[in-house]
Amino acid sequence: MPILQKKNPVDFSFSLITALASFTVVLLIGGILAVLVRESSLSIQKFGIIKFLVSTDWNPVTESFGAATTVYGTFVTTVIALVIAIPAALGIAIFITEISPNFLKGPIGIAIELLAAIPSIIYGMWGLFTLAPIMAKYVEPALQKSIGKLPVAGMLFQGTPMGIDLLTASVILSIMIIPFTASISRDAFNLTPAVVKESAYAIGATKWEVVKNVVIPYSKLGVFGGIALSLGRALGETMAVAFVLGNKHEIATSLLDAAATITVTLANEFTEADTDMYLSSLFYLALVLFVLSFIVLAIAKFFLLKAERKYSR
Amino acid sequence: MRKVFTLIVVSAIALSFSVAGAEGMLNGAGASFPYPVYSAWAYAYNKATGVKLNYQSIGSGGGIRQITSRTVDFGASDAPLPPEQLNKDNLLQFPAVMGGVVLVVNIPEVKAGVLKLDSEAVCKVYLGDIKYWDDKKIKELNPQMHLPHNEISVVHRSDGSGTTAIFTNYLSGACADWKTRVGAGTSVKWPVGIGGKGNEGVANYVKRAQYSIGYVEFAYAEQNKLAYTLLKNPAGRFIAPSFDTFEDAAATGDFNPKNHFNLWLVNAPGKNAWPIAGATFILLAKEKKDSNIRTVKFYDWAFKNGDNKAKELIYVPLPKSLKEKIRAYWKANGIH
Repeated sequence: MPILQKKNPVDFSFSLITALASFTVVLLIGGILAVLVRESSLSIQKFGIIKFLVSTDWNPVTESFGAATTVYGTFVTTVIALVIAIPAALGIAIFITEISPNFLKGPIGIAIELLAAIPSIIYGMWGLFTLAPIMAKYVEPALQKSIGKLPVAGMLFQGTPMGIDLLTASVILSIMIIPFTASISRDAFNLTPAVVKESAYAIGATKWEVVKNVVIPYSKLGVFGGIALSLGRALGETMAVAFVLGNKHEIATSLLDAAATITVTLANEFTEADTDMYLSSLFYLALVLFVLSFIVLAIAKFFLLKAERKYSR
Repeated sequence: MRKVFTLIVVSAIALSFSVAGAEGMLNGAGASFPYPVYSAWAYAYNKATGVKLNYQSIGSGGGIRQITSRTVDFGASDAPLPPEQLNKDNLLQFPAVMGGVVLVVNIPEVKAGVLKLDSEAVCKVYLGDIKYWDDKKIKELNPQMHLPHNEISVVHRSDGSGTTAIFTNYLSGACADWKTRVGAGTSVKWPVGIGGKGNEGVANYVKRAQYSIGYVEFAYAEQNKLAYTLLKNPAGRFIAPSFDTFEDAAATGDFNPKNHFNLWLVNAPGKNAWPIAGATFILLAKEKKDSNIRTVKFYDWAFKNGDNKAKELIYVPLPKSLKEKIRAYWKANGIH
C-alpha cells in the first residue's frame, strides 16, 4: 500500500498528519542526540571514549571524570529490580487472569494501575523516610545473619546496614516497574483463547498445568514486551532512587554499599555543576545512557523478534 | 487611512504595554539556597512598589550561565566568582544575604551545644583518620565528657551544593591535609561517609543513625532539633552557632569591594565569629545599566526593610557595615 494515498483529499491529509507525527519523534530523537554530542564534545575530546567508559574516577575538584562507576550502578540496580519484579508481576498477572474470583479482578487491577500513577518523587521520599529505616533496622541485618553467612553469596551483604544502598534502591525500583510488567502480562494472558484453556481442563489438566503449558507459552511475547518496557523504565528512573542511593562514585561489591547511577548523578549534580568540563562530562554521561538504553532495547527487540519467528512457525 | 490610523494606535498601545511590562518586571535566576527569602522579599516589594520580581531557583551553575549569556536581569550564585572571571564576562557581584553551616551530631550521651570540636578534629573525621568518638583528639577537646567507644558514621551531601562548597572551603582553609587530599567544591570526592540528598537528606540521616555527624544549613538544624556542636574559631574560642556569631563573621570577614566581595566567609577572624558561614551573591551584567539600577533598587529596599523577614526564615541579614560597603560599590559603578 502506498504511504500517501492521493485519491481522497481527506484520506491524504489524514495520512499526512500521521506521517508528520511519526517523523516528529524521529526528528526529536535525532535532535536530542545532536545536542548531547555537541554539549559533551569538550569532555569527549579530553577523555576519549574508551578511557571515559573504563575510568572509575569521578572527581569534580580535579576535573577527572569517568563513567564506569555509574554505568555499573545503573546495571546492578536494574538487574536486581528485574529479578525482584518479574516473578511478582507474573504472579499478579496469573492470579488476576486465572485464579482470582471475578469480583476481585476489578479492584486488584485498578490498584495496580494506581501504583503506576504515583509520581516517582513520592517513591523517592517514601524510600528515604520509610523504607530505608526499615531496611537498615530489620531487613538488612536479617539478610546478613542468613545469606551473609554463606561463603560466596555472603560477599554481597558485607558492611554496616545503613539503608542507603543498592538493595534499597533496587527494591524501590522493582515496586515501580511491577505495575508495567503486571498489566501488560495480564493483557497478554487474557488473549489466550478460552477454547484452548477449556480443552486443557477437559483432558484433566490442573490449574498449574494450564498456566504452565497453555497460558504462558501462548502469551510469551506479550510478557517479554512488558519486561522490555520495564527494563527501559528502570534504566532511566531518577527521582525514586536519587534519595536512597547515596550518589557514591565507587564500584560497590556489596549490595549494602552506596552507589550511583547515571540518572542519579545527573539529578544530583547538574544544577550546581560550576565548571565547563564538569557540565560537559555530565552531558557525556547522559549520552552514554542514551546509547546504552538504545542498545539494551535493541537487544530486547531482537529477542522478541526471534521468539516471534519461533512462535509463528 | 483609517486602517493605518488603527494600526498606529494598536501598535502604540502594544508598545507601551511591553515597555510597562519591562519596567515592572525583574527576572533573576540562580542559587536555590536563597530562593525562599528572595521570594518573601519579592512579595513584600511588589506590594510596596508594584514591581514584580521573578526568581527561578535553577541552581548556582545555571544562574552563572544565564547571566553570562545575558538572558536574565540578574544571576545568583552561592559561590563568589573570582575577579578574573567577572572581568572576562563583564559582570558585577555583591553579597545579598548569608547563611551558616553547622555541624550536627547524634550521640545519645551528648546534648546540643556541648560537644566541642576544632577544625583539625572535623577535618580528620571527614578524612576518616578519626574513626571513634572517644578518639584522643576529641577527648582532649572535651576533657570533662564521657565519650562512647562507637564508630563515627560520617554523613555528607550526595548532591552538588553551595553548602558543600562552604563546608569544604572551611576545611581546605583550616587543614592542609584536606586541601591536598580532597579540595573544595560544590561536590567533592569524599574519602568516607554516606551521602544524603539535600539538607533534608543529611538532617534525616543524622536524626536516624546513632553516632553520626553531618553538616547542614543552620535552618535545618533548628527545624529538625538536631544537636549542634561548638566549634573553635581562629581567635581560639569555642563558638555556638547563632545569628550573632554569623553576623560577627560577616562583620569581621574581609569583604573587599575592589575584588567584587570575592570571599568565602570561613574562618573569619572575629572574636565571636562562627567559622563556617557564607554569603550568597548577586551577579549583574555591567553594560545593562537600566536593569541593574532596578535590581539594585530592589536589594537596597531589601537591605532596609527585609532583615526581619530574613531572620524569620532563618537567614542571616548582612551587618550594617557590609551593607554600606555594598552601597558604595553600587555608587562607584554608577548604578545607585
